[in-house]
Amino acid sequence: MTGWLLQTEHLTKRFGGVTAADDINLELPRGEFHAVIGPNGAGKSTLIGLLAGEIAAEAGAIRFDGNDMTRLRADRRSRLGLARSFQITSLFAEFSALDNVALAVQAHAGHSFRFWKDARRDRTLREPARAALAGVGLEARADTRVDRLSHGEQRQLEIAIAIATGPRLLLLDEPMAGLGPEESARMQDMLRRLKSGMTILLVEHDMETVFALADRVTVLVYGRVIASGEPAAIRADPAVREAYLGEQEARGHG
Amino acid sequence: MKAALAFLHKQAPGFLFEPNTGLIAAVLALLALVPLYAAVAGDPFALTLFTRIVIMALAAVSLNLIMGYGGMVSFGHAAYLGIGGYAVGILWKEGLGSGFLQWPVAIGASALFALVVGALSLRTRGVYFIMITLAFAQMVYYVAQGLDRYGGDDGLTIGNRSTFHGLVNLNDNTLFYYLCLVLLLASVYLVSRLVNSRFGLAIQGARSNERRMRAVGFPTFRYKLVSFVIAGALCGLAGALLANQTNFISPALMFWTRSGDLMVMVILGGLGSLFGPVIGTVTYLLLEEALSRVTEYSGLIIGPALLLVAIYLRGGIEGVFRKAAP
Ligand SMILES: Nc1ncnc2c1ncn2[C@@H]1O[C@H](COP(=O)(O)OP(=O)(O)O)[C@@H](O)[C@H]1O
Ligand SMILES: [Mg+2]
Repeated sequence: MTGWLLQTEHLTKRFGGVTAADDINLELPRGEFHAVIGPNGAGKSTLIGLLAGEIAAEAGAIRFDGNDMTRLRADRRSRLGLARSFQITSLFAEFSALDNVALAVQAHAGHSFRFWKDARRDRTLREPARAALAGVGLEARADTRVDRLSHGEQRQLEIAIAIATGPRLLLLDEPMAGLGPEESARMQDMLRRLKSGMTILLVEHDMETVFALADRVTVLVYGRVIASGEPAAIRADPAVREAYLGEQEARGHG
Repeated sequence: MKAALAFLHKQAPGFLFEPNTGLIAAVLALLALVPLYAAVAGDPFALTLFTRIVIMALAAVSLNLIMGYGGMVSFGHAAYLGIGGYAVGILWKEGLGSGFLQWPVAIGASALFALVVGALSLRTRGVYFIMITLAFAQMVYYVAQGLDRYGGDDGLTIGNRSTFHGLVNLNDNTLFYYLCLVLLLASVYLVSRLVNSRFGLAIQGARSNERRMRAVGFPTFRYKLVSFVIAGALCGLAGALLANQTNFISPALMFWTRSGDLMVMVILGGLGSLFGPVIGTVTYLLLEEALSRVTEYSGLIIGPALLLVAIYLRGGIEGVFRKAAP
């Protein structure tokens, strides 16, 4: 067995003429907080989709905990301990916040061919779900329908759902997208708390968060990894500054 | 289509109406008192009409499970009415009149057909799903037309209602009506248990956001398939009842317009509302009956008209199409 929790080898995906993932080799040791940055359209969401099993790789391999899972379906990968959040909020809109999280718990509590008992009264589902909600500070909103939550609350719920599956690897796709400064700060706190217990791959444009939390940073441009290393090295890398960070700073995001 | 359905869902429960407790109680009281009225007023036709309504409501309840809760817009649900009915008719013709045989066969054959159709269609989406379910239903329709031994195009008159060896006598129309009503209420109860169970939440989750369901670890296909089979089986029972009521089966049982009628009944009553299909069916079939006394084109008018009215009341056609365009 290798020391890596996640490895990709030559991972490649094209959309027509666009190469969204171009020969990507990543290695994440257990417990690492790994950030992926890059301009819009660089292929960051595609990478998460490939890892989560939503997008089929054209070439290359993905190994999780030493086992090849390149061909596994998304739901199988989730049950092996891989969870993701979505850049564009993807929830069960007409259900309560607690229902949303309880579904994630249910998916990992054996099969769902249970036809009779009221699942909303099942404490083995509801209690872990409540705990996950509390973990993101949403316990007071447990019974609110998701489409009545604020954008910030929905982003928090995104994370709660992913956490509730009890993952070993958490893939987060721009959790701060669309958040105000205060909400961003809270999200950053939450990510810091998660950091101690889990291996995390974070895609994020918020450079302050990335450089504050990441153990290592990978920079994607046009589907290619142009740099990968410790935050300080990435910050100093001229190619990275030219391709991405300079542009960020020029726009006042730096 | 998916988006249009999502829009309809926002209206649930209750599309034309809000199926509140009062309305449900009123409809139940009405259904319970029909035989009394028929006897007192000397109007046996009322009993015949309402027996049909109750049976079709059972079919609508089964469709609501997959369409309302599961988001699977099956445009071939009448196929199960046909299969259930033909199971009764064919077995009777072959000298097997026992309901203990006929009804399980009706249910089992429908479940099996649903398993095949579901396995082949549930991986497709939107219009493709609708077209495939429709195609399978039409296939059964043409097969039935070709069954010369069982009446072919003209259909088959069934000499006897199913026998239950002295347990119940279905020739008693009042008793038969109440049996249908009990089965309808039992099916509503069954669906109420199902949709609140783990299984039910799994299929509702798949309707709401299948992508997320897979991402959190649900193999959605198998749950959808099982719900499809349960709905088929339940509708097969309705088919067996229908054949018993009319003592007649014909391919017309499963013509595509009947599948469309069932969809209208479910949508009218409110997608994903437990009693919605019952209320929708009562409304639809009573209106159809009333209109049929005025014009012979009642079927062509009423479905589209009711849907238009319903849509107009809730945001207008334009609203539907705006949301339908992704
Ligand atoms: N489903 C798709 N079909 C076609 N092109 C896609 C699809 N998904 C992503 N792309 C293209 O792949 C490239 C990478 O997209 P994406 O992974 O979303 O980038 P990022 O998340 O870094 O902004 C973009 O050029 C995008 O237009
Ligand atoms: Mg993205």
